Amino acid sequence: MSRGYLLSLPALVLFFGLLILPLGLTLVLSFNVFDYQVGVKADEWTFAHYLSLFSDSYFYEIFWRTFWISAVVTLLCVVIGVPEAYVLSRMGTPWRSIFLILILTPLLISVVVRAFGWSLLLGADGLVNQVIQALGGRPVKLLYTSFAVIIALVHVMLPFMIIPVWTSLQKLDPSAEQAALSLGASQATVMRKIVLPQVMPGVLSGTLIVFGLAASSFAIPGLLGGRRLKMVATVVYDQYLSELNWPMGATIAVVLLLVNLLIMLSWNRMVEGRYKKSLGV
Amino acid sequence: MSRNGPLALGFHGLVVLFMMAPLVVVCLVAFTPENTLSLPTSGFSLRWFRAVFERADFIHAFYNSLVLAFVAATLATLIAVPAALAISRYQFPGRNFFSALFLSPIIIPHLVLGVAMLRLFALMGVNGSFTWLMLAHVVIITPYVLRLVLAAAIGIDRSAEQAAESLGASRFTLFRKITLPMILPGVAGGWLLAFINSFDEVTLSIFVSSPATQTLPVRMYVYATESIDPMMAAVSALVIALTAAAMILLDRVYGLDRVLVGKH
Repeated sequence: MSRGYLLSLPALVLFFGLLILPLGLTLVLSFNVFDYQVGVKADEWTFAHYLSLFSDSYFYEIFWRTFWISAVVTLLCVVIGVPEAYVLSRMGTPWRSIFLILILTPLLISVVVRAFGWSLLLGADGLVNQVIQALGGRPVKLLYTSFAVIIALVHVMLPFMIIPVWTSLQKLDPSAEQAALSLGASQATVMRKIVLPQVMPGVLSGTLIVFGLAASSFAIPGLLGGRRLKMVATVVYDQYLSELNWPMGATIAVVLLLVNLLIMLSWNRMVEGRYKKSLGV
Repeated sequence: MSRNGPLALGFHGLVVLFMMAPLVVVCLVAFTPENTLSLPTSGFSLRWFRAVFERADFIHAFYNSLVLAFVAATLATLIAVPAALAISRYQFPGRNFFSALFLSPIIIPHLVLGVAMLRLFALMGVNGSFTWLMLAHVVIITPYVLRLVLAAAIGIDRSAEQAAESLGASRFTLFRKITLPMILPGVAGGWLLAFINSFDEVTLSIFVSSPATQTLPVRMYVYATESIDPMMAAVSALVIALTAAAMILLDRVYGLDRVLVGKH
């Protein structure tokens, strides 16, 4: 038993010092009084930052924008990712592995590189606008709009939807589908009654991961949203590095973390509860 | 034995195109001989790659990132392997809390970790130091090593260890000769995955690095917010090439599909 502690000790020291301690300090910081002349007043306390978060229309607008952009991104990831995972699972070797790797490896490439790629595609004379013009349309402003942010976020998040859906599809017994088809069920009925219930846990955990990551994404809105289209993460950055109002930045960061953890935990519990019930446990 | 109809395959083609397009475009623009980012390009040139190698700031940032990722991944592995062994084979109070704690950096936004560490480092007066930047990276990449080593350690057959132990092997010999070889794919795969994640990390690093310790992704981020020229495409193409090399290696030692979708 003590060997267990001994072996985890290095990790424990590191995680207490560089995870729990700094998060605690940030929570404390969010209650500190801030003065533009003096800076952070470490011994004066206030709820003002939390209050302004809920009363200031600037923050309200940013939280609302972050919410709806993340919701649209999540929806698009479901609409694209679930059928794509299904199509992939029905491919034969070696195509299945090749395309799976092709679609999922962008995950491992720096998000800055991918954002830059999208700024090339969506720029004023980028490929997308060239195609629009070739088809006889007028060039459209795409870069530095919520459209650009959404498209690039879908690109970054799609693998996080495909992976859990793929994993739950692996547990699907193909003979169940065949049995239903041979008994005269239509393709649509098979989808609705056999495939969809099976992939729902995957879709739910994908939804949760995608929404959480999208809501806290920094580099994509930072590079493709421009100066005016702020999201929560880019506002935290501004508060820390240009406004220098660290307590305000800390407050937003704390709220972001709590919302994230809350979604993760409650969703987890809900998914677990439902599938325990349906399995009769 | 594809069972997909033409409609499904058409949809699949569009998804693949969508996923590949930004990466392909970056690589094409990197070879442009012109001063602008326009496509299609009129010819083929390496001038922007030469331009990258003449930028001392980018070379320095690249060197920083390489050293940082190498050392951080190694430290993360040294920490995660014993922790994974502890979690996978010993029952002790707090075990579930430990594993949740060590995996938590995956679900905590890097932005939050970045500002939290900025506060700590500022109070300690060490912000911008390379050592502390590296330790911050160790925290965020340890979960990746832990996950892969845990998966490897749970699956191994313990009888060889018991045999060696009964024959009088010391604990260290036991680990070196029996346990380590069996979990080696997990350890090597975890190290590589940690390396890639550290090398790519931008959100946390932007808060806790200084101009002297700036990493390549941070340098690129700052550069891209100021100006956009084909040199950025050349740097990006180099990053893609390096990541691809690391991924091929990862595929060899552990299996890329196993890392990505957890197939065993």
